[in-house]
Amino acid sequence: MGLLEQLRDKPWEAAAGTVDERFGRRSVEMAAPHVGLRVFLGVATVVFCLSIIVYADRMTYGDWSVLPEPWVLWLNTAMLILSSIGLHWAQLSASRGQIDRVRDGLLIGGVFAFMFLAGQLYVSQQLVAQGYYAASNPANSFFYMLTALHAVHLFGGLVAWGRTILKVWQGVKVSDVRMTVEMCAIYWHFLLVVWFVLFGLLLFT
Amino acid sequence: MAEITGSDVTYVPPAETEEADLYHAHSWVTKYVFSQDAKVIAIQYGATAIAVGVVGLILSSLMRLQLGFPEVFTFIEASHYYQFITMHGMIMVVYLLTALFLGAFGNYLIPLMVGARDMVFPFVNMVSYWTYLVAVLILMASFFVPGGPTGAGWTLYPPNTILPGSPGHEYGILLMLISLAVFIIGFTMGGLNYVVTVLQARTRGMTLMRMPLTIWGIFTATVLALFAFPALFVGAVMMTLDSVLGTSFFMPAIVSQGELLEYGGGSPILFQHLFWFFGHPEVYIVALPAFGIVSDLISVHARRNIFGYRMMVWAIVAIGAISFVVWAHHMYVSGMNLYFGFFFATTTLIIAIPTALKLYNWVLTLWKGNIQFTVPMLFSIAFIITFVNGGITGLFLGNATVDVPLSDTMFVVAHFHMVMGVAPMLVVFGAIYHWYPLLTGRMYNETLGRIHFWVTFLGAYAIFLPLHYIGLLGVPRRYFEMLETTYIPDSVQTLNGFVTVIAVAVALTQLVFFYNLFHSMRNGKLAERNPWKACSLEWQCAESPPGHGNFGKELPLVYRWPYDYGVPGAADDFIPQNTPPSASAPAGET
Repeated sequence: MGLLEQLRDKPWEAAAGTVDERFGRRSVEMAAPHVGLRVFLGVATVVFCLSIIVYADRMTYGDWSVLPEPWVLWLNTAMLILSSIGLHWAQLSASRGQIDRVRDGLLIGGVFAFMFLAGQLYVSQQLVAQGYYAASNPANSFFYMLTALHAVHLFGGLVAWGRTILKVWQGVKVSDVRMTVEMCAIYWHFLLVVWFVLFGLLLFT
Repeated sequence: MAEITGSDVTYVPPAETEEADLYHAHSWVTKYVFSQDAKVIAIQYGATAIAVGVVGLILSSLMRLQLGFPEVFTFIEASHYYQFITMHGMIMVVYLLTALFLGAFGNYLIPLMVGARDMVFPFVNMVSYWTYLVAVLILMASFFVPGGPTGAGWTLYPPNTILPGSPGHEYGILLMLISLAVFIIGFTMGGLNYVVTVLQARTRGMTLMRMPLTIWGIFTATVLALFAFPALFVGAVMMTLDSVLGTSFFMPAIVSQGELLEYGGGSPILFQHLFWFFGHPEVYIVALPAFGIVSDLISVHARRNIFGYRMMVWAIVAIGAISFVVWAHHMYVSGMNLYFGFFFATTTLIIAIPTALKLYNWVLTLWKGNIQFTVPMLFSIAFIITFVNGGITGLFLGNATVDVPLSDTMFVVAHFHMVMGVAPMLVVFGAIYHWYPLLTGRMYNETLGRIHFWVTFLGAYAIFLPLHYIGLLGVPRRYFEMLETTYIPDSVQTLNGFVTVIAVAVALTQLVFFYNLFHSMRNGKLAERNPWKACSLEWQCAESPPGHGNFGKELPLVYRWPYDYGVPGAADDFIPQNTPPSASAPAGET
C-alpha cells in the first residue's frame, strides 16, 4: 500500500477496528538501517546543496578569481571511481555469498578511498605552496571547504568500512555483513556522485 | 466517533509477536549512565535541557533587572547585557526547547506510543545524548573563557559577530559555533532514530493513521530539523573559517576601529539567508510537537475524540512543508527585492491557514466535551489562547509593509516570546504533568500544580502584553538602556519596572514546579496504571512506570485509533488502542 493511500485511511470508521495486516509494521519495504542510511543521505544532500547554492551566489561578486585545476584531481577522481567499483564488487559478492570476494572488494574499495584522501591532501598542500591560501580569495576558501566537507564524509564512511572489514577478517558468515556491505557501497556511490558535482563546479566555474 | 461492535468487523486473532532484538544492560553504569534504553536517554535529555534552561531563565531575569531598573544593578554592564541576550536566546530555542521536545519527549514517547520495545538504533541514540551534552558543556564553557560568551545576538549576524565591537568576538563566538555544530551532529543521530522508528518499528495494527498526533508532531518536526539544521551547520562552519582563517564568506570590506581589515567581498546577507532557512523551520520544530501533544492532552482531558484527525495530520505535514518557504519574512529590512518580500508575505499568510485549522479543531474538540479541568488541561487551554495571541501579532509582522516600522522593536520580542516561548513552554508543563504518573508511578500535588499554572499563565501575560505596547511606542529591542529619549514617554520606564517585578516573580514560581516534581516523586499519591483513562499505548504497558522493553513478553496489537472516547454503547468511556473489538462491545453483543 502506497504512502498516500495510507494517509487517506479513516481510522475512526468501524471497519478499521481490526488488527491491520495490510502493511504490517513497516511503512517502507526496507530494513531499518537502510531507511536510516537513506534519511542520512538526504541530510548530507541538503548540506552539499546549501554549500553549492552559497558558492553559486558568492561567485557572482567581483572579487572571485578562478583557481587552477591541478591534474592530480583527475587522478583522485579515478581513485574514487575505483574505490566505488571495489565496494560495488563487494556488494555483488555478498549477495552471491562469496565471502572471499567480499573481503577483496572491501580491501580494494578501502585502499583506493585512502589513496583518494591522500591525493586530496596533496592537492591542498600543492595549492598552498603556490600561494593559494584559504583567505586570499573566496574561490580558494570554497575549494578547501568543499573538499574538506567531502573528505570528512568519506572518512566517516571509512569508519563503517573499518568495522565491516574487521568482521570479515574475523571470519563471520556472509549473511552477517551483507547489509553493512550494501550500505557501504550505497554510501560510496553517493559520495562519488557528490564528488562529480563538486569537481564539475570547480572545472566549469 | 466509532461505534465498534463485534458484528461490524472481521476479528483477527492476536498473532505471536517475536521478541525484539533488545539490548540488555549488564551493569549500573550501562543501565543508568551510558544507557541505550530510550526512556533513560529521554530523562537524561530532559534533565540536561531543563538544567541549561534554568541558566537561560536566570539570564532573562538579569536582563529584566537592567531594563526595569537601569543604573541600579551596576554589576550588569552593557557587554554583559548583550551576552545575556545572546545566550538566553540560543539556549532557550535550541538547547532547551528543541532538545526537550525531540530529545526528551521524542525518546520517551515514540517507542511507547507506537508499540516498539526501543528505538531502532539504541547505540546511536545513546551517542546522540552524549554528543548533545558535550555541545551544552562547550556552550557553558564560553562563560569562562577570556572575553566571555558571544554577545552578538542569538542570530549571530556577521560582520559584527566576529569584530572587536562585540563581546566574546574571539573565543566566545568560536565556542558558540563549535557547540552548534556538535549539537547538530548529535541531533542528526537522534533524528534518524526518531524517523526510522516511526516509519519501520510500529507494532502490528499501528497504521500511520492510528498514530497519536503527538507522534505525528514529533515525527514531522524531526524531519524539519533534519533538513533545516544543515543550513545552520553550513553557516556555522563558514563563519568559523571567517573567524579563524580570515576567509571572507560573509565578511565585507570593513574598517574596524579606524583600521581597514583584510576581509573583503563577503556577503552578510548570505548568512542571514542561511540562518533563517534554519531559523524559521526551527519555529515549527518547536511548535509541531507542541501541537501534537496538546491535541492528545485536550482529547484525553475533555473525554472526546480529536475533531478532524485526518485534517490535523495533514495540517501538521502542510505546516512543515510551507515552513521551508517563509524564511525571508525575518529579513524584510535587509533591503530585499520588493517582489521577493511580496512572495514571502504571501507564503507567511498561507501558513496561517493550516495553523488556524488546527486551532478550530482544538476548540471543536472541546465543544460539548466532558472537560476535566486538570492541570494538563489548564495548560492546554492556556496554550490555545496564547498561540492565538502570538499568531495574530505574527500577521502584522509577516506583512512586509507593516513590519518595517515594527522591525527591531520590543513588539517583535513580545510576539515571538508569546508564540514560541510561552506557548510551547505551557505545553511542556502540561505534558510533564500529564505523563508524570507514567514516569514516576506517582501523582503530582494538584494544588501546587494549579498555583504553578495560574502564576505562570497570568504572569506571562503581565510580562508580554505591556511589551507589545512598549514596542508600538517605538522602543527598540537589544538596547542596554534608553536613558532620556524624547519620543519615549516616562510611563514606559514605569511599565518596564512592573514587567521586571512580574518576570522575576514568575521565574521564582518555577521553584514551586521543581519542588512539586521532586517532592511528589517520593511522597506523591501512588498513581493508577492509567490514571487519565487514556486510550494510547503508553498507558497500556504491563507495568507502570514501563520497564525495560516497554511491553512485557508480547508487543501490543492495535485494533483502533487512539481517540475512542465516549463511544456510544461501549462499556467504558474509553477504549484503549489494544482492546479487541469483541472486548469493547457492550454486553450481549459479540
